[in-house]
Amino acid sequence: MIKSELSANLSPNDYISVQHDDFDLAHEYRNLANNSQCGAVVTFCGLVRDMNQGNQVVALELEHYPGMTEKSLMDIINLARQRWQLGDVRIIHRVGKLSLNEQIVFVGVSSQHRTDAFDACQFIMDFLKTKVPLWKKEQSTEGEYWVNARQTDQQQVKKWIS
Amino acid sequence: MKILFFGQLRELLNVTELQLDATPSDVSALLEHLSAQNDQWRQYLSSDSILVAVNQTLSDKHCKLNEHDEVAFFPPVTGG
Repeated sequence: MIKSELSANLSPNDYISVQHDDFDLAHEYRNLANNSQCGAVVTFCGLVRDMNQGNQVVALELEHYPGMTEKSLMDIINLARQRWQLGDVRIIHRVGKLSLNEQIVFVGVSSQHRTDAFDACQFIMDFLKTKVPLWKKEQSTEGEYWVNARQTDQQQVKKWIS
Repeated sequence: MKILFFGQLRELLNVTELQLDATPSDVSALLEHLSAQNDQWRQYLSSDSILVAVNQTLSDKHCKLNEHDEVAFFPPVTGG
């Protein structure tokens, strides 16, 4: 649970974690499915993929800006709550070294009806990809390199703003 | 004033954090102050894609600065 002056608009059951350790999808789902006012739970999980921007990826390392990462995620939840009626929101982002197929990120949203949960989950991921201070460095068969930001991610977030 | 660097920019400059005694009036002035160190710093900090956060909030070059601010420079983010 988040304790901060910024948490004013967060629901007491909202959860944000930036962590090295892996997470358990079933545990996350159970926490979201625990709200009797909500009839919908939408979850997203991002994984380490074997091919990126033309390179064969074997592992990656995630760096972040401690403090700002958590604050940015809270800001995004607040923005989502201004647009949709949401039950609980849970966001987990892993940092440090990750191997192929490992879980990187989790976003889960509950709401009364499915549309709000679907939209809010997508909104949170789109903003996370372009506003939260996290950086991926990939290790590929060609060597180590920093991942470039994608124009398509910027376009995804613009569609929520316009 | 505390200055932080992240990601590829941190690697290129080979600096994670530095403490600045001066207080430049805004982010532009701070960038000019840092760039004056040497040509490499000027080159890396002049990239249009560099983002700036002041006190952990995304900001821009016109943002005014105060003595105890925390300012971070970093490349476009690539999480998720």
